[in-house]
Amino acid sequence: MDNNCAVQLKDITKTFGAVVANENVSFDIRKHEVLAILGENGSGKTTVMNMLAGIYYPDSGEIFVNGNLVSIKDPKDAYDLGIGMIHQHYKLIDVFSALENIVLGLKNTDGNDLESARKRVNEICSRYGFDIDPDMKVYDMTVSQKQTLEIIKVLYRGAEILILDEPTAVLTPQETSRLFNVLRNMRDDGKAIVIITHKLNEVMEISDRVTILRKGQYIGTVNTSETNPQQLTEMMVGEKITLDINRDFIEEKHLRLEVKNLTVKNIEGKKVVDDVTFNLYSGEVLGIAGISGSGQKELLEAIMGLQKPEPGSSVVYYSTAHGVHELVGLSTKEIISHGLHLAFVPEDRLGMGLVGNMGMTDNVLLKRYRKGKGPLLHRQQPMQTAIKIKDELDVKTPSLDYPVRKLSGGNVQKVLVGREINNKPTVLMTAYAVRGLDINTSYAIYNLLNEQKKRGVAVVYVGEDLDVLLALSDRILVLCNGKVNGILDGRTANKEEVGLLMTHLKEGE
Amino acid sequence: MTLDMIIAWITAAVTFGTVIMFGCVGETLNEKAGGLNLGTPGVMMLGGIASLAGAFFYEKSVAVPNPILCVLISLISCLVATALAGLLYGFLTITLRANQNVTGLTLTMFGTGIANFFGGSLVKLSGGVGQISVAATSKAFKATMPILSTKLGIVSQLLFKYGWLTYVILALAFAMQYFFNKTRTGLNLRSVGENPATADAAGINVTLYKYMACTIGSAIAGLGGLYYVMDYVKGTWSNDSGIEALGWLAVALVIFTSWKPKNATWGAYLFGFCYWIYLYIPAGINSMLMKLFKVTRTTYMQNLYKMIPYIVTIIVLVLVSSRNKRDNQAPQSLGTSYFREER
Repeated sequence: MDNNCAVQLKDITKTFGAVVANENVSFDIRKHEVLAILGENGSGKTTVMNMLAGIYYPDSGEIFVNGNLVSIKDPKDAYDLGIGMIHQHYKLIDVFSALENIVLGLKNTDGNDLESARKRVNEICSRYGFDIDPDMKVYDMTVSQKQTLEIIKVLYRGAEILILDEPTAVLTPQETSRLFNVLRNMRDDGKAIVIITHKLNEVMEISDRVTILRKGQYIGTVNTSETNPQQLTEMMVGEKITLDINRDFIEEKHLRLEVKNLTVKNIEGKKVVDDVTFNLYSGEVLGIAGISGSGQKELLEAIMGLQKPEPGSSVVYYSTAHGVHELVGLSTKEIISHGLHLAFVPEDRLGMGLVGNMGMTDNVLLKRYRKGKGPLLHRQQPMQTAIKIKDELDVKTPSLDYPVRKLSGGNVQKVLVGREINNKPTVLMTAYAVRGLDINTSYAIYNLLNEQKKRGVAVVYVGEDLDVLLALSDRILVLCNGKVNGILDGRTANKEEVGLLMTHLKEGE
Repeated sequence: MTLDMIIAWITAAVTFGTVIMFGCVGETLNEKAGGLNLGTPGVMMLGGIASLAGAFFYEKSVAVPNPILCVLISLISCLVATALAGLLYGFLTITLRANQNVTGLTLTMFGTGIANFFGGSLVKLSGGVGQISVAATSKAFKATMPILSTKLGIVSQLLFKYGWLTYVILALAFAMQYFFNKTRTGLNLRSVGENPATADAAGINVTLYKYMACTIGSAIAGLGGLYYVMDYVKGTWSNDSGIEALGWLAVALVIFTSWKPKNATWGAYLFGFCYWIYLYIPAGINSMLMKLFKVTRTTYMQNLYKMIPYIVTIIVLVLVSSRNKRDNQAPQSLGTSYFREER
């Protein structure tokens, strides 16, 4: 056996009830190397890694660590073998300090005194270039700090094999490059690094080898230097798909929304949306760019009546069928009852968008129960709609009544977007519609939005990926600290220009 | 109001507070591990009847009961019965993942029913209503410290003339606080209550911690029942579910203390003060309040006074949540079951 081989997986199979998550998956993880595990939603890439981390136990198959056959029954076994996993949803205790989270579950070797732990944490930080305050409470941390803490926690436990599940999903570009530097440091230190991802550009940038999974099956492993995004996509999806977004130009445009001097203050009285003015037309996609927390969420919520704008704000809605309406001052329910069609895909899919414990049918029903006559619910029509969404968008769910919280992120998003589109909106607003989704689902969502645009819907797309924003939007509105820092033509703007507007407020504004 | 009355009020408040402090500290331990045991009142009932039964049969079987044996037998009966109740609760909610609220409420009904059933039998065995008495055991539990409890005048009266369990629970409350915040085991336990998935991933045996917390927590809470029977009502029994009423206050007290046992050391007594206000409130103020609320009967007014601890709890709850300080909130996974492979 190769001395460099840290972990060897042989014929791993795992099923959840009738669903086969992994079937006869075999591959190696090597030291001094970054291995990317690439796959679509539901391809079983997280599941197979969870078996290494002791979260799941394989139904059959063998795992070798450093050449020895092992049985990983729980996370403790994994730690003992030097395997540490950083999950997509961070496993941290909010009310604990960084240091308390790090020592959690470890044997007490230094009395009740955390000083020696603190010293070791500082050592790890300086060795790999982390920056963290050991006494900071987790609830005060940014996402990126939490991730750093997770990595330190794993290293503190002596992990030689680090598994990161979608590590960049919630990071800004700068935070991502910082993370990659740290990962390279660790690789050069002899550790085996695995990143689970579906972002091709990151695979190309950071990994040495790529292992591709599809529908629970092992497809193959290639050296990153010998492959290209097109080949990887084909291996991942199983067919040729084009990575281009069709952006049609719609000649006929009508004014739909006229937003004037819109200002929203948050609970501390800070202006999170500051004097925003723009127009929105039918048949266009208006992209909204900005670093996270620049007021995107509040802007959409204010238009929908979910946040109370400051006096002087105005949002006028022009409808072909229902005339002109001032939306400020109306409640969300009134906005709907006026016959206005605003569809809102909230940032937090399960929190605001859907009820996790309900199935597809009931979630569709949520938006239309007022339409029924009499006190009883009419489930027939929503069920038809749910079937339609399921078929058209290829939602993978065991049944229409299966709780949506148990579906994968992509499927949840499809249900949500499908429901909103089904209500035939004239204005469709989406926030982070593709967050955490893989390529195929993302493109399915982009196509849906483009179809809506062709039908004359005014689409607002709040996004994180600048490449996508530039490819999808007809116009791009850049927010910076809650202010409009420029509106660019999506066809002529370039990434640097948008990036600059995102971070530097123009003078004299 | 005379000095004697104030001292009597304080004494009453401390005795009352001791009962609910046991319940509160036990329940806090359970809740810190994520188990919301609304069965605490029932557990305390069980503790009361088990200790009474143990002491009753021992005192009946010997001519001169040995005080040490009295204490040991009733303590062991109480601890075994309530630990078993906690274990049952744990089995239902942790292993079978039954709904904690439903299980807890059922346990309260179960405990109250069992206690009153056997309470009735014991009363009958002893010759009729009001006849049952475990005087020797009660005396052993009410034993006070020599010298300190007699020679220091008012200080003795205020601080040292309570039964020794009063000081045991005070020490236990502070010890629990220390355990939560200063020990690794306490840290692990809190992590189980905050986020069991995280604790699990950190290699902590979530199931074991939860079981230990609800079993030991129940046993501690059950001692409140023992104290009620042996000290508070002086070794007697009546089927009035008085323990259960105090049990609910113990559950409210957990919230009042914002899950910090050190706060129970004064909160419990404060509840005691509030509860006994109706006996000690100066007549002038009382009649003024009665006029203000247009209450005609004294008993009605008494019931209003007895609500004060609950009202205080609600106010504290509102204040705590409006200040929104994360450290004062309930453990995050309180009331939910944990299943590793659930997504």
